[in-house]
Amino acid sequence: MAEDESLEITRKAVKKWKDKRGSLIMALHEIQGMYGYIPWEHAKVVAEEMGVALARIYEVLTFYNFFKLESPGKYIISLCDGTACHIKGSSSVLQAFSDALKIKAGETTPDKLFHLQVVRCLGCCGLAPVVVVNGKTYGRVSPADVPAIIQEWREKEAGVQESKDNQKQTEQGAA
Amino acid sequence: MVENSDELNEKLKKVYEQQRQNLVKMKEEFLQKKDSYEAAIYTCNSTGCNSGGAGNVIDAFRHSLEIYGLQDRVRMVSTGCMGLCANGPLARIEIKGQKPFLYKHVDDMLARLIVAEHLVPALMLKKGETFEVNSFLKEKELSLELPFFTKQRKVVLESLGHSDPEDFGEYLANGGYQAFLKVIDTMTPEQVRKVIADSGLRGRGGGGFPTAKKWELLAASAPVDGEKFIICNGDEGDPGAYMDACILGGGSHAVLEGMMIAAYATGATHGWFYVRAEYPLAIQRVELALKQAKKYGLLGKNILGSGFSFMADLRYGAGAFVCGEETALMESLEGKRGTPHPRPPYPTEKGLFGKPSAINNVETLANVPVIIRKGAAFFNSVGTETSKGTKVFALTGKVKHSGLVEVPMGTTVEEIVNEIGGGTSSGKPFKAVQTGGPSGGVIPSQMLHMPICYEELKKIGSMMGSGGMIVMDQDDSMVEIAKFYLSFTVDESCGKCAPCRIGGYQMLQLMNKIAAGKGNQEDVDELVEIGEVMKKASLCALGQTAPNPVLSTLRFFREEYEALLNKIPEEESKKDDLPLVSPPRRECLPTGCQDCSACKTGK
Amino acid sequence: MVKLKIDHIDVEVEAGTSILDAAKKVQVDIPTLCYHPDLEPTAACGLCIVKVNGRMVRSCCTPVAEGMEVLTRDPEIVNERRTVLKLILSRHPNECLTCLKNENCELRKKASDFGFRQDNFKKIALSHDEAPLDTSTRTIVLDPRKCILCGRCVQVCQNVQDVWALCFLNRGMKNHIAVAGNIPLDESPCIKCGQCVAHCPTGALTEYDDTGRVWRALMDPDKYCVVQIAPAVRVAIGEAFGKKPGELGTKKLYSALRRLGFKAVFDTNFGADVTIMEEGSELVQRLKEGKGKLPMITSCCPAWVDYMQKYYPDMIEHFSTCKSPHEIVGVLTKTYYAEKMGINPEKIMVVSVMPCTAKKYEIRRNETMFSSGWQDVDVSLTTREISRMIKQAGIEFDKLADEEADSPLGDYSGAGTIFGYSGGVMEAALRTAHYLITGQEMKDLDILPIRGIDKGIKEMQIDLAGKTLKVAVAHGTGNVNKLLTVVREAMEKGEEPPYHFIEVMACPGGCVGGGGQPVGVTDEVRRLRTQGLVEDDHRSEQRESHLNPDVQKLYDEFLEKPLSEKAHHYLHTIYNAVPVYKR
Ligand SMILES: Cc1cc2nc3c(=O)[nH]c(=O)nc-3n(C[C@H](O)[C@H](O)[C@H](O)COP(=O)(O)O)c2cc1C
Ligand code: SF4
Ligand code: SF4
Ligand code: SF4
Ligand code: SF4
Ligand code: SF4
Ligand code: SF4
Ligand code: SF4
Ligand code: FES
Ligand code: FES
Ligand code: FES
Repeated sequence: MAEDESLEITRKAVKKWKDKRGSLIMALHEIQGMYGYIPWEHAKVVAEEMGVALARIYEVLTFYNFFKLESPGKYIISLCDGTACHIKGSSSVLQAFSDALKIKAGETTPDKLFHLQVVRCLGCCGLAPVVVVNGKTYGRVSPADVPAIIQEWREKEAGVQESKDNQKQTEQGAA
Repeated sequence: MVENSDELNEKLKKVYEQQRQNLVKMKEEFLQKKDSYEAAIYTCNSTGCNSGGAGNVIDAFRHSLEIYGLQDRVRMVSTGCMGLCANGPLARIEIKGQKPFLYKHVDDMLARLIVAEHLVPALMLKKGETFEVNSFLKEKELSLELPFFTKQRKVVLESLGHSDPEDFGEYLANGGYQAFLKVIDTMTPEQVRKVIADSGLRGRGGGGFPTAKKWELLAASAPVDGEKFIICNGDEGDPGAYMDACILGGGSHAVLEGMMIAAYATGATHGWFYVRAEYPLAIQRVELALKQAKKYGLLGKNILGSGFSFMADLRYGAGAFVCGEETALMESLEGKRGTPHPRPPYPTEKGLFGKPSAINNVETLANVPVIIRKGAAFFNSVGTETSKGTKVFALTGKVKHSGLVEVPMGTTVEEIVNEIGGGTSSGKPFKAVQTGGPSGGVIPSQMLHMPICYEELKKIGSMMGSGGMIVMDQDDSMVEIAKFYLSFTVDESCGKCAPCRIGGYQMLQLMNKIAAGKGNQEDVDELVEIGEVMKKASLCALGQTAPNPVLSTLRFFREEYEALLNKIPEEESKKDDLPLVSPPRRECLPTGCQDCSACKTGK
Repeated sequence: MVKLKIDHIDVEVEAGTSILDAAKKVQVDIPTLCYHPDLEPTAACGLCIVKVNGRMVRSCCTPVAEGMEVLTRDPEIVNERRTVLKLILSRHPNECLTCLKNENCELRKKASDFGFRQDNFKKIALSHDEAPLDTSTRTIVLDPRKCILCGRCVQVCQNVQDVWALCFLNRGMKNHIAVAGNIPLDESPCIKCGQCVAHCPTGALTEYDDTGRVWRALMDPDKYCVVQIAPAVRVAIGEAFGKKPGELGTKKLYSALRRLGFKAVFDTNFGADVTIMEEGSELVQRLKEGKGKLPMITSCCPAWVDYMQKYYPDMIEHFSTCKSPHEIVGVLTKTYYAEKMGINPEKIMVVSVMPCTAKKYEIRRNETMFSSGWQDVDVSLTTREISRMIKQAGIEFDKLADEEADSPLGDYSGAGTIFGYSGGVMEAALRTAHYLITGQEMKDLDILPIRGIDKGIKEMQIDLAGKTLKVAVAHGTGNVNKLLTVVREAMEKGEEPPYHFIEVMACPGGCVGGGGQPVGVTDEVRRLRTQGLVEDDHRSEQRESHLNPDVQKLYDEFLEKPLSEKAHHYLHTIYNAVPVYKR
């Protein structure tokens, strides 16, 4: 997507919230929802449109765990380390992910495919330990399950690539 | 004034009349429809079961019903949390005239089987015949006679496992908005506050502040620019607690109704739901409730012609535990960093956007419609002298029946853990439960008979908190648990005030040192010294309570700390000490040498 | 009024007073670190804890209540304060010996009051400590390692100055003071006003130290060092040598500077008089000939110039094009004076002693600051830096004999000296404008409604030969928004401008409260320093710029007349829009 175009989209998204009260965080949610993180240029657009100082935006962005300033990668692995999950051994699951992906919590794999993050309580403690990958929840995860989970998403990615390739081929074929 | 205001009034009156009739109609339509079914499948569609695959289960049920042509005879209901999340996905079969039957760990295969082997034959029964499920299905039964179900007393959670939270008609049919209508039609705000005062309801968000008192304060504050706010605190950042998530997800209308009553009782003009962003289901349900309420005229100007106007909005958090604290929450709603600020001024004088505001917890608000509907006596007849009503807990950790439970205040730890919870999941001896999350403390096994209420918990250095209850068995290290909570609060400290920011970090360093076997007696003394000062000198309750897990485990399990001391000799332990504050870094200034002599010393 | 007991002594104070302030009435100075009387209490440090009816509260932000019983001291409270301080020190480098703020660092003072004999808790190192000093602006230096997160600078920068350069990033232990996106200050909206430095209790924010360069020049036999002192310096310089704020130190300072080795000692007040000649004439031109936009706005404050260039680029045509006084003295030294004395201007080093950090930036602001052919002012020092140099040289400031400044750029009128307080430029300009328009001297030269710090925006109308001149004065950039919005709206509607002349000073109180002045400024101090300048004005033989004989001589011998072509070349400047963020 061209830079200007995406900035326009951001501008529009922010406009929706502009006149509502207490909506800075909502607008930021919306932008992160679109890009997975909040780039500098987009933060500037928010500042402009909402009439708040950029300093305020960054104060907020860096205060809340939820917001990211850098692209986190395609598949976000959120591992719960809330109390229930902790007691049921989430640390060893984290270790397993770390080992398998060779990254630490809060990091992204060099190929930008996986981002590993620790979150606190996803609200399904009954299933502890809990892992969520791009919205899909895995309950009662043990370190042994980790390779399968990663594999599942790698396959998904391969599928995406393949269909993209196919599409390309058909496009080329058509042309 | 409009000229023909009489005419207009007449018209409006008709509109309001129509709106009221609509509500009655919705309710009746629902009841009629419900009555037309012979049976129902209730599938839990709350976060826990959903992540276990409840979505597929529901699809499978639907599909099977169609195959057997039962879709018009069996009602499918996606419910809120049924409570025993650890055994999810759960599905309950209710057939008219037969005992309800609960299945655990349902997957799509089992769902098809249930339709084929349970529903189909059971629906074909002739008068007088009885039906027994086969042995395979029997194995999947979760007995409704379990103490987990029978020992609870569900008030707030009552409808959660029994109704579809998205069905507005069903909420109305279960008595929904009756309390609100009663209040706006027949009661003065004073009367409402009186009922709440009589009920003895106290805040369920942690502090246990009497709700009526808070409302009195807000009612007494003059509106600023014509506005006063009521805020629903759905931040629930306590790790291991998810009561509010389920209450909002499964009963958002009840919370909204509670908020509307609170608004009427206090003169609030606008409401705000502040919900944790990590709770998509809760967010979705609150959004829906707001939409439905608006659509049916329950929110807006001059609601149903009562003269009472109220609107409400939804905002998300963004991952900060401290935003559960009232003043931080308001900062966050204003689009700022969630840093607490000193009180006074109290929110009820100068709150959100500088306007008087009262903040109530989700569960607190959910109790309100019930109290209004059933009366103060219904509520205050349950509980202890000073803690009335029931309390919802998220019972987790090493407990057999992990899930959401609701019990009368004053229920003992023993009853909750051993009876309702069915003892430890490992079968090993029970060691302690932690209440109050990162702000709370432990209740050791020797205090099993302690009744759970605000005062008792405070006495032993813990607190009610929002209702997390973590069970630990013999294998769990208390030092580890305390360290875990401390690392949580250190992560979540807003970092504004020195005692909490630095004190918490120092305590955590000491805990790490002790846990690694490098600690000594002085370190333990230092822990206490810092902890005691944090309690007094921190600005907000996060810092004031952050040392609780350490101090409380030190009180009851000191021997576990002592066993870890001096395990590794001092010289050895010094090796991997952290460096001191990093050396100063000077730069040769562009205007020339500043005589810092860094170039000479090579630093 | 509220009655309460503090340490068992009865006190009566106004409702709304904090316990902290009430305690001062019974001679109790409760220790504080984050509190500053200019600002809203943030309640960050936790040092000011007292007991109210047995409960611990922060005294800086807790208002008194009827019947309160406050205890400011008991073993528990003292112990609490000690531990909090120990915690703060555990996150702070022990670098007092080499710290620019050491003499008046509030943290160091507290540490010495409490008499610690060693580090008690283990020192904490964090990754963001590794960030290098931010020296990018060359005016102020940010060393986040020394920051105690009191929040004063953030409040000043955001709320008082409305600049929003500094902010807090991250939270918990990672919370630190920075610029949005962790970029260097120079790429931020910072206007270099130095108010953050003036309010920072520690060495985390300091001026950019230029004394090394000045020392080297002074020691260099090839250099001809010339110095000038700004109006507001004279009423603050004594503070470093035990004098009260507001005490005039002009003549002792001349003497000290000469002893430091400066070959000529000039006074920026002379430049101020010239500024008035030019600016006054410019105003008359705009009023009478309609040449240039109205309202005209003063431009002698570089922080304000930077602010306008960033936040109101559409309004820079309203600026007076006249340079600030020290730049005028600078360029005249390297032209007029050099010619007169037959010195090669290349060898001249002009040092300005200013109450100001922004002047360090101004001296290189654009090419017009090099109009002599060289950099007109080579170094700008703050009051604090010159105090240090005097101390280093071992000069006993308070025992020095009075001396006079050098001619021809040293004599000044009372109008020149009042540039240092808010409203002073306007006062001085009106005195001369009155003469230029009516041909008569003003009767009462004290124009009180626009003087002083009681209001952020001061307005008045003044009658000049039958025409009403509407003027406004703002100090603290946080106050200009309101003023300029009114102007802008009128312009957009094509209405008569609401004012003809506006004075803006970036620092609250004007230069007397400048970012380069001795730290610890409060309204009390601002008032005393203002009073000192008022006295200097009253004491002056001439109190109007156009009556300064040396100024008249300057025009006769060199510049011809105000706004002449030569005057334009040397004494006037241009402005450019600047993006708020460079990136
Ligand atoms: C650090 C911290 C976190 C809190 N988190 C929550 C929360 O998640 N939900 C909540 O209802 N109250 C929370 N509280 C308590 C609230 O500040 C407040 O007391 C409560 O919402 C008031 O509602 P109630 O009177 O109905 O309990 C928290 C308090 C602190 C200090
Ligand atoms: S106690 Fe902790 S969370 Fe609360 S204001 Fe202080 S630093 Fe922030
Ligand atoms: S002493 Fe060396 S390192 Fe320090 S400023 Fe001078 S040249 Fe640079
Ligand atoms: S800031 Fe203060 S305490 Fe810190 S090194 Fe400098 S003088 Fe010492
Ligand atoms: S005060 Fe003490 S530590 Fe400091 S320089 Fe003197 S002797 Fe050294
Ligand atoms: S110098 Fe002024 S503008 Fe720059 S950071 Fe400091 S207070 Fe803000
Ligand atoms: S830089 Fe100074 S004023 Fe700013 S927060 Fe840190 S210590 Fe306080
Ligand atoms: S008011 Fe004075 S001290 Fe402050 S920035 Fe302007 S010129 Fe400098
Ligand atoms: S603790 Fe992991 S989901 Fe609640
Ligand atoms: S989520 Fe299904 S029982 Fe709790
Ligand atoms: S001075 Fe009161 S908390 Fe810092």
